[in-house]
Amino acid sequence: MAEVEESSKPLFAGLSDISISEDIPVEGDISVPVGSQNPDDDFSTLDEPVKDTILRDLRAVGQKFVHVLYPKKSSALLKDWDLWGPLLLCVTLALMLQGGSADSGEDGRPQFAEVFVIIWFGSVIITLNSKLLGGTISFFQSLCVLGYCILPLTVAMIVCRIVLLGALSSVSFVVRLIVVTASFCWSTFASTAFLADSQPANRKALVVYPVFLFYFVISWMILTFLPSP
Amino acid sequence: MASPDDLTFQEFEEAADLLSSNPGASTLSISSPDDEDHQQESSELLGGEKQTGGFWTFEYYQSFFNVDAMQVLDRIKGSVMPLPGRNFVKHHIRNNPDLYGPFWICVTLVFSVAISGDLYTFLINKGNPEFHYRPQFNKVSIAAVTVFLYAWLVPLGVWGFLTWRQSVERHISGYTFLETVCVYGYSLFIYIPASILWTIPVYWLEWLLIAIAMVISGSVLVMTFWPAVRDDTRLTAFATMAVIVSLHALLAVGFKLYFFKTPTNTGSSHSGQQTTPAANHTTLAVGKHQ
Repeated sequence: MAEVEESSKPLFAGLSDISISEDIPVEGDISVPVGSQNPDDDFSTLDEPVKDTILRDLRAVGQKFVHVLYPKKSSALLKDWDLWGPLLLCVTLALMLQGGSADSGEDGRPQFAEVFVIIWFGSVIITLNSKLLGGTISFFQSLCVLGYCILPLTVAMIVCRIVLLGALSSVSFVVRLIVVTASFCWSTFASTAFLADSQPANRKALVVYPVFLFYFVISWMILTFLPSP
Repeated sequence: MASPDDLTFQEFEEAADLLSSNPGASTLSISSPDDEDHQQESSELLGGEKQTGGFWTFEYYQSFFNVDAMQVLDRIKGSVMPLPGRNFVKHHIRNNPDLYGPFWICVTLVFSVAISGDLYTFLINKGNPEFHYRPQFNKVSIAAVTVFLYAWLVPLGVWGFLTWRQSVERHISGYTFLETVCVYGYSLFIYIPASILWTIPVYWLEWLLIAIAMVISGSVLVMTFWPAVRDDTRLTAFATMAVIVSLHALLAVGFKLYFFKTPTNTGSSHSGQQTTPAANHTTLAVGKHQ
């Protein structure tokens, strides 16, 4: 009999007796976030001092340098690619490698333009090759990675220049050889750590070989550099 | 005892009845390609269409890079070890010409010839106290122009000639332009280890290496193109072969004479660099008149 009486009541009638607004606060407003979460959008970068703008980019470049020097599986180089770092490294390397105009004869060290063209043209060709083989990496990401991984070779160039301030002997040659070989291996390893993931497994070797050739040629240019007599 | 009637063609009604009642039954066919061929064929059948899109789309060029690392290695091995009777195009390329091999072999050849030439000049002039070693990077650009012209213009000429002959005489089978470029590109591979070995400054070894390299890569070319011209008139066939082989020889000897030149005067007051332009012009002229 009690069951019949209960079933005649409307459903959930007892719920209104429970007041929950004092136990659980349900106030608030619901807003849909408009735009991206990027903190830069909160203020216009036009008003900030120039120092902040430059420092921000420099910090990004420096952070990527650190990622190249200690290559782990991080995606920092790929996600926020920029070409400032490669440009900086390329110009530094080309300036240090170029032959002076005082050299006699038409043969000589590579000119600034030659080094610059080799680095950029080489990077573009390797990127095109990777994309034609079906890679998933984008054009500028690949340029970014290849450019940043020239950092060990630039460091080796600086070391070679310092070593060459001393006497030109076979010991200095051996030292330079070791330094350049080590930085060549470092560069190739760092760039393949970033680039090889974007290819299917049976084509990894096809993508790694041009990178190897590219850094080999740059290493050769660094190793055969001699100061003008 | 078998009578002549037993040897006449007989319809096996049982098999025909079985097949007509159950057309979906699987039948066993015996074929004997080796595993590698079978794999290649099936990969091509599954590969889909070639040359999707017009030449202004990216996919068009992507279809020329449709190779795996193992396939490239296999083609390189085939170019280094030419076996008589194995047509490089039919056996290795098999309707899947790629541009990866020819392009990167040419680039590697450019740099290996330039770098080895540099090393050779250094080693040969080691005893010369007046020689100041200077790396010569203009040679890279000259090597690049030579190699790429050879690897693209000569196949264009050969292909054009073969296609013209094909249109004149019906029974000649030709190759597509890409297959010709492919053959020429892969045949240049042998020059890469040869150029590295050319740095050893022993006179007879250098020429022996040139001879071996020319024979190997020349035979790849000959075995590829001979079936295409063999049905032509004898004169045309032999002339075509002679032109192909002599151009190839010219490339090899030209490399040797330009990049690996032995200095003609030692002990002169000028450094080795300044005498070489004169020697360079004469040797290059000699090379051209061969």
